[in-house]
Amino acid sequence: MTRISLSVNGVQHEADVEPRTLLAYFLRERLGLTGTHIGCDTSSCGACTVLLNGQSVKSCTALAVQADGARVTTVEGLAEDGDWHPIQQAFHEHHGLQCGFCTPGMLMASVGILSENPDPTDQEIRHALEGNLCRCTGYQNIVNAVLAAAEDMRSSAAAS
Amino acid sequence: MATAERYVGGGVLRKEDPTLLTGQGSFVESITLPGMVHVAFARSPYGAARINGIDTGAAANAPGVLAVFTGEDLAGEWAAALPMAWPVTEDIRIPDHWPVARDAVRYVGDAVAVVVAETREQAIDAVDLVDVDYEVLPAVVDIESARADGAARVHEQFDSNDCYTWTHTNGDVDAAFAKADVVIKEHYTQPRLIPNAIEPRAVVVQPTPAAGDFTVWSTTQIPHIAKVLFALTAGIPEAKLRVIAPDVGGGFGSKLNIYAEDVTCLVLARRLGVPTRWVAGRSEGYVATIHGRDQIQEIELAADSAGKILGYRASILANMGAYLQLITPGTPLLGGFLFCGSYGGEAYHFECTGVFTNTTPTDAYRGAGRPEATYAIERAIDALGRAVGVDPVEIRRRNFLPKGEMVESPCGLAFDTTDYETNLDHAVDLLGYEALRAEQAERRARGATRQLGIGFSTYVEMCGLAPSQVLGSLNYGAGGWDAATVRILPTGQAEVVTGSSPHGQGHVTSWSQIAADALGVSFEDVIVLHGDTQVAPHGMNTYGSRSLAVAGVAVHNACGHVVEKARRLAAHSLEVAPEDLEFEGGTFTVKGVPERQTSIQEVAYAAWTAHSLPEGEEPGLTAHHVFDPPNFTFPFGTHVCVTEIDMETGQVEIARYLAVDDCGNVVNPQIVDGQVHGGVAQGIAAALYEEARYAEDGTLETSSMLNYLVPSAAEMPVFELDRTVTPSNSNPMGVKGIGEAGTIASAPAVINSVVDGLSHLGVTEMTMPATPERVWQTIQNAKGGAA
Repeated sequence: MTRISLSVNGVQHEADVEPRTLLAYFLRERLGLTGTHIGCDTSSCGACTVLLNGQSVKSCTALAVQADGARVTTVEGLAEDGDWHPIQQAFHEHHGLQCGFCTPGMLMASVGILSENPDPTDQEIRHALEGNLCRCTGYQNIVNAVLAAAEDMRSSAAAS
Repeated sequence: MATAERYVGGGVLRKEDPTLLTGQGSFVESITLPGMVHVAFARSPYGAARINGIDTGAAANAPGVLAVFTGEDLAGEWAAALPMAWPVTEDIRIPDHWPVARDAVRYVGDAVAVVVAETREQAIDAVDLVDVDYEVLPAVVDIESARADGAARVHEQFDSNDCYTWTHTNGDVDAAFAKADVVIKEHYTQPRLIPNAIEPRAVVVQPTPAAGDFTVWSTTQIPHIAKVLFALTAGIPEAKLRVIAPDVGGGFGSKLNIYAEDVTCLVLARRLGVPTRWVAGRSEGYVATIHGRDQIQEIELAADSAGKILGYRASILANMGAYLQLITPGTPLLGGFLFCGSYGGEAYHFECTGVFTNTTPTDAYRGAGRPEATYAIERAIDALGRAVGVDPVEIRRRNFLPKGEMVESPCGLAFDTTDYETNLDHAVDLLGYEALRAEQAERRARGATRQLGIGFSTYVEMCGLAPSQVLGSLNYGAGGWDAATVRILPTGQAEVVTGSSPHGQGHVTSWSQIAADALGVSFEDVIVLHGDTQVAPHGMNTYGSRSLAVAGVAVHNACGHVVEKARRLAAHSLEVAPEDLEFEGGTFTVKGVPERQTSIQEVAYAAWTAHSLPEGEEPGLTAHHVFDPPNFTFPFGTHVCVTEIDMETGQVEIARYLAVDDCGNVVNPQIVDGQVHGGVAQGIAAALYEEARYAEDGTLETSSMLNYLVPSAAEMPVFELDRTVTPSNSNPMGVKGIGEAGTIASAPAVINSVVDGLSHLGVTEMTMPATPERVWQTIQNAKGGAA
């Protein structure tokens, strides 16, 4: 067992974990944050994507011990004081989800993309989301949602 | 709130989204129960082997392991083998399919033992310690080797690997072919596909031993059907079972089944008296969840010299896999009425032979039989066009069934409503067809590296399964009806209980729109309940693009019954005759006396207090309706794929994808577009990327998402969508299914486009998936042939 200390969605946690425990399972089974989904065993699908110190990572590829001292954000931490993040609003308005299973990963990956590139093109979004698989939407409405969220976030930033 | 606002056809946003967008979805994988134990399966690494013995000692002694069971250990648990509900012929061969194998394994992934442990990790670790003494036998994995002389037999008790042969004939086919000027014969293959719902399968079972009750949470599309079949398989009284499909993360047919893991967790919960849980790994799911397609097809068209088709013959071989899952044998037959597509003619013959192989069983995957049929006829009509020197658009026009209602197809069915030419014309206009042909000619003339291809698919499909009598005539084991209960609560909200079981299709939203309009209440005041057999006792669930056209119509009709009763109660309270009332926007008004009115919610409250009801009326404002449709629905449309083909690398890129669909009246345009997007994406995936491949010994070579290419956003084009609207006459809402149309239509449009793009080299053949290697080789062969 290894002791780790990390912040998840703004809450500080300390825990003893097995060295082999993946971050995804730690979040789901130890912290009860089941919004992070597990869709594969080869780090292919991206359903488990979270933010680690602001960068999107597949939490099935990271060990919980690697998150020691880090700041983790999951889908449960996206909304602030009950107000949805612009990416959540955009996925809703543009029908960027159907069954919703890939959605947490898509949202977190999209937030990661927009933090690095606030004004991406359609093609840039498609390539940046290459590691996140969706079987329902054909991706078009996901791309449209990310474009809309980018615009929303840019105009909010300009206004503030 | 009573409202005159209309929602059907409008742009309301989905009610399903808020929980799913915030991580509050309730997927089976997230359910934990006190005392729950974890189940893992030891699976065969061989395509075919005899089990000479199993030593479970080491596994049983591993940390955290509570029990290990072999197939023999569990033999007494079963009242019946895993169910197959579609015995398509009298003489079909049905092998026993035990959830855990007993004496032999017949595909890689066949379960041989089950480990129960305190944690999932411990169970999975212990699986590796199960020691099976296998006597490896020769395997057959593809249709042709399985039918060769002397082929190893998948099931020793049968004298060949053939499972059944089903035939269907309409008209005098030989006569049609005898008088033809032109006969073409084409051969196609349908690759095996892995459905890949992003949520892996999972099951949790909670027993209440003293009561003998069981609650099963399953990632299923069919909780009601599952309840019946779990009862029959495990020998548990049906009334003691409650099946819940909570949020389900996609299905596409792969969760339309009764799986070994579900019933095993059920009988283990009974045996051990504690809750059990199994969650599939993705790669485990690749061998343990059904696959789709895998056919060899031959299609012949007989036509006159102008290319007008007289007769059709289609003959297919369908890979069943090692066992028959729920509708394995019937799946190819769902295409058995569509090898003549949207076209006319005098006669039609279809035959299908199912073939056992040492592979994961096949079953329904999005479209189920209809993508295969549509692929064959849409490619064949292009071939006919080439044979008579007619453009792909013109050859289709010459052969379309006429516009009308209950139009007789050569396949022997009457299509509900047709208007194919209007739809094609609209697509051709949107496309700018002539300009594209000019650009294609220009690129050819200058020998451009990137050549242009234009491919059409003018599909029709049959869905909205289905009239129960018709299903009965096909030996299908269930009815095709669906049910709805609608009740207006005393506080004014309308509760809609549906028999459909959505897993991404947005039924909560669409059914709310339907009920809000029919009852005159606001969209927000409608609550839709589904997916729990205790909440919704009657249902036939969600598959075959049936939900709106059957279950949605049941909601519409149940609302009508509620309004009828409300009218009688309102008339009583307003002291007029029922026919003296107008109902508009949720309010009953006495004709000509606008100040005398009452809302449907006021009526609901009065019905609840029951202080003053008309004589003979029961308290409460509720109605139940079961809709059994008189016919399938037959949506249709034109899909056009424009490809750019790199002549040096063989890479195919989709430059444009245009889909003009006709699914009758539309309840929610955004949801319909989303269904088309996702459906088309799966067809494009089949055409260009996906193929499950087996080695000769039965090993699944495409064993994970690393080597089976599920396309990402980077591989998908932008879709251009439009619609024509030809209301169905199969239901009072005029709606048709749209869940599978995109998948059914798209693969042939893509491949026709690739063939068209290479046609100047004399290319007429292309096999799915059209990978760069395959396209490059085709180009080289064509150039070599020309030199």
